[in-house]
Amino acid sequence: MTTTDLGMPTVASDPHGHLRGTETFPVAAHRALADTQLRQNLGHATRTIRAKRAAVVGEVDDWEELRRAGECLKADVMARLPELLEQLEASVTARGGVVHWARDAQEANRIVVDLVRQTGADEVVKVKSMATQETGLNEALGEAGIAALETDLAELIVQLSDDRPSHFLVPAIHRNRSEIRDIFLREMPDVDPDLTDEPRKLAMAARAHLRRKFLSATVGISGVNFAVADSGTISVVESEGNGRMCLTLPDTLITVMGVEKIVPTWSDLEVFLQLLPRSSTGERMNPYTSTWSGVTPGDGPQTFHLVLLDNGRSNVLASPDGRQALHCIRCSACLNVCPVYERAGGHAYGSIYPGPIGAVLSPQLTGISGPDDVNASLPYASSLCGACFDACPVRIDIPHLLVQQRAAAIDAHTRPTAQDVAMRAAAAAMATPGRFSLAERVVKLGRLLGRSGRIRSVPGPGAAAWFGARDMPPPPAETFREWWARTRGGS
Amino acid sequence: MVGAHPGRLVSAREEVLARLRAARDAGGATSPDVPREYRRTGSHPPGSAAAVARLDETLTDYRATVHRVADEDGVSAVIARVLEDAGATTFVAPPGLPARWLAEVTARVRPDAPPLPVAELDRVDAVVTGAAVAIADTGTFVLDARAPDQGRRAITLVPDHHVCVLRADAVVSSVPEALARLDPDGPLTFVSGPSATSDIELDRVEGVHGPRRLDVVLVGPR
Repeated sequence: MTTTDLGMPTVASDPHGHLRGTETFPVAAHRALADTQLRQNLGHATRTIRAKRAAVVGEVDDWEELRRAGECLKADVMARLPELLEQLEASVTARGGVVHWARDAQEANRIVVDLVRQTGADEVVKVKSMATQETGLNEALGEAGIAALETDLAELIVQLSDDRPSHFLVPAIHRNRSEIRDIFLREMPDVDPDLTDEPRKLAMAARAHLRRKFLSATVGISGVNFAVADSGTISVVESEGNGRMCLTLPDTLITVMGVEKIVPTWSDLEVFLQLLPRSSTGERMNPYTSTWSGVTPGDGPQTFHLVLLDNGRSNVLASPDGRQALHCIRCSACLNVCPVYERAGGHAYGSIYPGPIGAVLSPQLTGISGPDDVNASLPYASSLCGACFDACPVRIDIPHLLVQQRAAAIDAHTRPTAQDVAMRAAAAAMATPGRFSLAERVVKLGRLLGRSGRIRSVPGPGAAAWFGARDMPPPPAETFREWWARTRGGS
Repeated sequence: MVGAHPGRLVSAREEVLARLRAARDAGGATSPDVPREYRRTGSHPPGSAAAVARLDETLTDYRATVHRVADEDGVSAVIARVLEDAGATTFVAPPGLPARWLAEVTARVRPDAPPLPVAELDRVDAVVTGAAVAIADTGTFVLDARAPDQGRRAITLVPDHHVCVLRADAVVSSVPEALARLDPDGPLTFVSGPSATSDIELDRVEGVHGPRRLDVVLVGPR
């Protein structure tokens, strides 16, 4: 497979914010896999949400038609993205909003910091937003002496414990109820010392902790789920009411959106407002969805700023297939069904976009700088089982993109790595029946080696790198071809 | 094509748009036809007894308390009882709430005209409103901040108890039917049950920052 150089700028990572970790996926995943508590928490949470999703998706008899409409709507958006953004800008401006453009994370943060400073506020309330997680806005505000208060329960848990988010929807999915209670007891000044780990009690503690802040906040910061180009309508989909608080009570609202979050018309939301809640929280509809357009006299913030963020999205748009990654509506269904995510957890991906979609989105947003780029390891964080495609509400062909990004990662290498050699050897072995048969017979020798019931290494070029992160089950005594030659399928 | 390190001679707007245009052209500028083969009309006709019955089920499923009354004459008695049961002595009403809905209510009404300060809203026990439209498939009703019987967003957010009156003629089956009835210009709030969170082990628990108690008065023959 080859990729074409389209002459697009590959921007260095630092201005990108939190799109790249510090170690490769196999290294980080190895450590995560040793954490039995983490695996228990993730296993429990993802099993719960998979069952809920399956039940509510099952009751929609036109689900496949909705998925196809969602897929094509997003493809249409990509084909018209610059024009739709100009239309959105005009719609929002006509309704009293102010639109800003940001090339990268640093620029977006600088715009937001300046806007907050102009209000004189030293504290802001925030609705959970992947875009501002991506840019590292909280750190930028902190450096400017402005306290950013996360108000989503899971985001609050992450913030109070000085942790990192590990999931789109539930950034604290890696924490169980008793860990959350311990964090609250440690970090909330006015918390009831007898707080139990009952989820309802924990939710009440969060309500009490944030109530006064909501009622007195002067600046709110949010992300966007969908922005409607022709009406300038912005929507935020949430559960707890913290979003409504941040969008309604402050005098000033600053909203940061990735440029791909746009839909052409209001009626297009009829597709996404069906696909998103059922795929995300496994509900027929999430408790609260807020929509607004510009400024409404007498209701809500009287100053509204919309910051449109590129931050590598134009890199992704330039790839005819790869741009599908921009179709993502951040439901997290692909994380919840992924056997790799379920075991390794979100932190192992380094980027704040974890899971199957993160593994194809992050390397495209940052570009791959060379063989040592940790994001080059992300497309390998998959068994290519295809569950992510089946779960994706907008039919992103994630397995295809994973393979494509593996090829791109190899192309980025100036010298072949051991893994490249191994992959090429595998490709060569599978190229002709004769060679494949030979390879199978070589693998059978592994039966002699695998005393633990697993094969932990085999000799050969590149094999050490491959088995550094993988074990292989012992091969059967007879290969399929040998069995077929002997029985012709008879028994 | 504007480079990645332009020395900031062009505005961010021009640069981002130029990058996106070049990228879009490189990746493909052909828009597909969007297949609209999903259902755009619901399984039950708008306002039908079947649609109202399904709404009753889906609202109840998400922990709203549903009260059925045959016609609007029955509304005020239900509101009176619901507020009394909750121990509510004060409630806020949007400026255009029908007076007949409150005829039998003994709790003290705080009209939101002129607009009540947030601290004041925090002290009232409840809020009573109508709604623009309701979606039976999902257990959702939608509040339009510019409708006189629904009011600005803060009044249905800060008080801890929301009583919402839904007439059968506002009930549709599906999300597409609801959006077709709504004006995207004004602030809208889609409400599906009391506030809730799935953030602890991905299990849903009700009652966080929005109203923790939600009563819906469904008006229409069974």
